[in-house]
Amino acid sequence: MLMREGEVRIPSGCAISGMISLDGSKQNGEDIMKSIAVMHDRSNGLGGGFAAYGIYPEFKNFYAFHVFYDSRRAKDEAENFINEHFEIASMSVMPTKTIKEITNEPMIWRYFLKPLVYKVERTQVDEDEFVFRCVMSINTKIDGAYVFSSGKDMGSFKAVGYPEDVGRFYRLDEYEGYSWTAHGRYPTNTPGWWGGAHPFSVLDTSVVHNGEISSYDANRRSIEMFGYKCTLLTDTEAIAYIVDYLVRKQGMTHEDAAHVMAAPFWSTIENMNEEEKEYYTYIRNAYASLLVTGPFSIIVGYKGGLMALNDRLKLRSMVIGQKGNKAYMASEESAIRIIEPELDKIWAPLGGEPVIFNVKGGVE
Amino acid sequence: MREFVSPQNFVPSDFEVVRNSDRCIACRVCERQCANEVHWYDSDLGKMISDETKCVNCHRCVSLCPTRALKIVKNNDTYRPSANWTGPVIDQLIRQSGTGGALLSSMGNPEKYPIYWDKMLINASQVTNPSIDPLREPMETRVFLGKKPDAIERDENGKVINNLDPQLKLDVPVMFSAMSYGAISYNAHKSLAMAAKELGTYYNTGEGGLHKDFYQYGPNTIVQVASGRFGVYKDYLEAGAAIEIKIGQGAKPGIGGHLPGQKVTVDVSQTRMIPMGSDAISPAPHHDIYSIEDLRQLVFTLKEATAYKKPVIVKVAAVHNVAAIASGIARGGADIIVIDGFRGGTGAAPTRIRDSVGIPIELALASVDQRLRDEGIRNHISLVVGGSIRNSADIVKAIALGADAVYIGTAALIALGCHQCRNCHGGKCNWGIATQRADLVKRLNPEIGAQRLVNLVTAWNNEIKEIMGGMGINSIESLRGNRLMLRGIGLTEKELEILGIKHAGE
Ligand code: SF4
Ligand code: SF4
Repeated sequence: MLMREGEVRIPSGCAISGMISLDGSKQNGEDIMKSIAVMHDRSNGLGGGFAAYGIYPEFKNFYAFHVFYDSRRAKDEAENFINEHFEIASMSVMPTKTIKEITNEPMIWRYFLKPLVYKVERTQVDEDEFVFRCVMSINTKIDGAYVFSSGKDMGSFKAVGYPEDVGRFYRLDEYEGYSWTAHGRYPTNTPGWWGGAHPFSVLDTSVVHNGEISSYDANRRSIEMFGYKCTLLTDTEAIAYIVDYLVRKQGMTHEDAAHVMAAPFWSTIENMNEEEKEYYTYIRNAYASLLVTGPFSIIVGYKGGLMALNDRLKLRSMVIGQKGNKAYMASEESAIRIIEPELDKIWAPLGGEPVIFNVKGGVE
Repeated sequence: MREFVSPQNFVPSDFEVVRNSDRCIACRVCERQCANEVHWYDSDLGKMISDETKCVNCHRCVSLCPTRALKIVKNNDTYRPSANWTGPVIDQLIRQSGTGGALLSSMGNPEKYPIYWDKMLINASQVTNPSIDPLREPMETRVFLGKKPDAIERDENGKVINNLDPQLKLDVPVMFSAMSYGAISYNAHKSLAMAAKELGTYYNTGEGGLHKDFYQYGPNTIVQVASGRFGVYKDYLEAGAAIEIKIGQGAKPGIGGHLPGQKVTVDVSQTRMIPMGSDAISPAPHHDIYSIEDLRQLVFTLKEATAYKKPVIVKVAAVHNVAAIASGIARGGADIIVIDGFRGGTGAAPTRIRDSVGIPIELALASVDQRLRDEGIRNHISLVVGGSIRNSADIVKAIALGADAVYIGTAALIALGCHQCRNCHGGKCNWGIATQRADLVKRLNPEIGAQRLVNLVTAWNNEIKEIMGGMGINSIESLRGNRLMLRGIGLTEKELEILGIKHAGE
C-alpha cells in the first residue's frame, strides 16, 4: 500500500510565485493564478496551493483556522477541542466550487477564533505560542483532522490538483489580499493527500518551496528539540518551523533568519569587515544545525511582507521583478511577465541573498 | 640465547619468524632493530638465528630488512581444535597459572564483536537533488565545539551580541585523542602537537602533564585532568585551549591507570611532577568525584581557575547507561562531552576488562545524541566520539549519527609507524612510540611523524568532502545528526531502533 505523506518522505520539484503591493493596496487572486498557471509543466497535478495576506479584515484580530476533516468523528473531536480552548467568533464550511478537475475533497471548514484568556494564562505562554500548541495538538493527536492554516488576517488554500484548478476550486477571485504566494507541486510519488500540498503555514508564516534539501534530517531533528513536530516529513514544513522558531521565538529579523538558513561560506566570511565577520561567524556557529543545504528556493509570507531566498549555491531558479508599487518573485520570468509585461526592473538574486519586500509603513 | 621455560609454563609462540636464507646477508639489522631480542648472529653457524617466542610481530625487522628476507607468519602449531577451549584461551590459562597475575594487554579490544560502522551505508543524490563537486564548489568541514546560546541578544542599537561561551574551532572534524607523555614518547607527542597546529585542530596531553617544550603548542592543545592529577597546576591549565576531565576510557572503563616506574624517566617525572622511577598510579575514580554534583563542582573549579575562558570537556567511557550519564554531564556545566567506545586503545589495560567491559561507540553515540535531543539540551553541549575511528567513512557515519567531531588515537599512532603489535605495555616499542627508551624514541622523527599525520587527516578530510558532495551537502553542520543519510544493512529491528536509522531498501 502506498504510504501517506508523513509516513514516508516524498521528494518533489516545483514552481513558486509571489506578489506583494508595497502600498498595501489589495487585489484578488486572479493574477497569482495566472502567474502560477504559466508554469504548469513544473507541477504534475499532485498538489497546488496559495497563501494570501490581508484577506480577512473583518476578522483581523482572530486566528483563522482552515481545517481538513477525513470524517465526522474527526470533526466532532476537533471541534470539542476547539470549544475547550477558544471562543469561536464564526465558523463555516469553506466556500468552494465543484469543478471536475478537483475530486476526492475532504470536509473543509473555516473558524475564526480567539484563545480563552484563562487557558492562555494557565499555560504561561503568549497567545501565539498557545495557538501554535493547540494546532500541534490537533494535528498530531486527532486522527483525520488537520489544521492547515492558523494565522490572523491570512489564509492558506491547498489541494491535490494543478494550482490553477485549486485556485478556482477555492474561489480565490473572491478574496482581496495585499500579498499572495502560490505553489505547484511535482512530487515523485503519489500520496494524494491534501495536507501534503503547499504552502505550509504556521501562525502567520507561510512557506512555498521548490527544491529538495539535503540537510533535512539534521534540520528536523534539531527543530524538533524546540517543541515542533514534523509530521509531514516535507522540507517545506521543516523550513516553516525554522523560520517560525528564529523569528517568533528567537526574536530574529527575517533577514537574520535567512543568514542562518543560507549562511555565507566561511571563505566569504573571512573576507568581510570585522563587524560583519563577527556577526556571520556568530550566526553560523550558534545556529549551525539550522543551516539548510541542497537546492531550494522559497518564498516566505508573513504579516506585512514577503521574503524570497535561494540556497547558497543557487541550485534552483528564482527571479525578482518590480513595477511601481508592486513586487513579484517566481521560479521563472515568464510567470512574472504574464501579469506585468513592462517591468521597471528584473533580476536574479544571488544564492543565499534574501530579497525582502515589506508593505511601506507596515500593516495594521 | 633462548631462555629455559618449564614445560608447564611453555606456550607456543603466536608467530613464526621466517627467514629466507637465500636472501639473508647476515647484516644484523634485524638484531639491532628488535628491542625484544628475537634475532642474533650465531658466529659458529655463521648465520642469523631467531627466538620467535619473544616476537610480538611489530614488523620492524620486516620493514627494515634490506634484502626482504624476513616475514612473520602466524604459527600453525595447534592444540586439539575446540570451538570452546581455543588456543588463546588455553595459552592465557597457562600464563596465569604460571604467574598468578592478571593478564595485561594494550591497544584496543581485538575480539569479534559487531562493528556497526560496517553495517551502515551512506546515501547519495540522484536526480531530485544534485550532488556537488568539491573541486568546483566550496565544501566546508569547519566545526565549532562548545555550548550554543538559548536565545539571541541585541545591544541598544539592535546589533546582535556575541553571547557565545568559549568555543574550540576545528578546521577538520578530527582531533587527536588523549595519550599521555609517559605512555607515549616525547617524539610522538611532538609529532601530534605539530600536526594539530598545522591542521587547525587539537591534540590532547592525556593525563601525564605537558612537557615544558610543548607549551608553545598551547593554542592547539587540550590539557587533561585525570584522577591522578599528574602535572596539573595553574600554568598547565592556562596553557591549553580547553581542559578535559577524564572520567573514563573506553579500553578500561571503571579502572585507573598504572605507569610502571621504569617509564618514569627524568623528563616524565618532571612533567608529571612525581619522583623519578616511582610508579604513577591513577586511582579508578577521581577521589573528589563520587557523584554527578561533585563533577559539576570540578567543572566549575576549572572554569574559575581559567576565568571562564576555556571550554571544559568531560570524557567518559561508553557504558550501559551512558545516555543518562551524558545528560547529567550536560547539565553539570560541561561544554563538550567525549564518549570513548569499547574498542578504544590504551597503553596498558587488564585484558579481561579491555575485552569485556563497555559497549560499541556507534550505539552509545546514537543513544546519547537522541537522549540529549529528547531532553532539549543537545545545543548545550558538543559531542565528540572516539574508540576506533578507522577511516573517513567512519567519520561521516559518526557525524550523521549525531557527533560534532571525532577523536582518533590508534589511527594516529598507525600513521606514526605503529604496527599494532599490541605490546605497548612492554615499554619496548620498536617504532619509538610507546616507549621511553632513548635509543627507541629517536627512531621516530617528529617532523616526518607530523607530516604523516597531516597527510592522513588531509586525505580523510578530502574524502569526507567527496562523500558529502555526493549527498548534496556542502557544509558539515548539515550532515550532523542527519540520520536519513544512513541505512542499516543486516541489522535487527532493535539495532536499527537504537541507531535511529532505517534498513537499506526502506
Ligand atoms: S618483535 Fe618486531 S622486530 Fe622483533 S622479530 Fe618480531 S617483528 Fe621483528
Ligand atoms: S605503539 Fe608500538 S608497542 Fe604499541 S602497538 Fe604500536 S608498535 Fe606496538
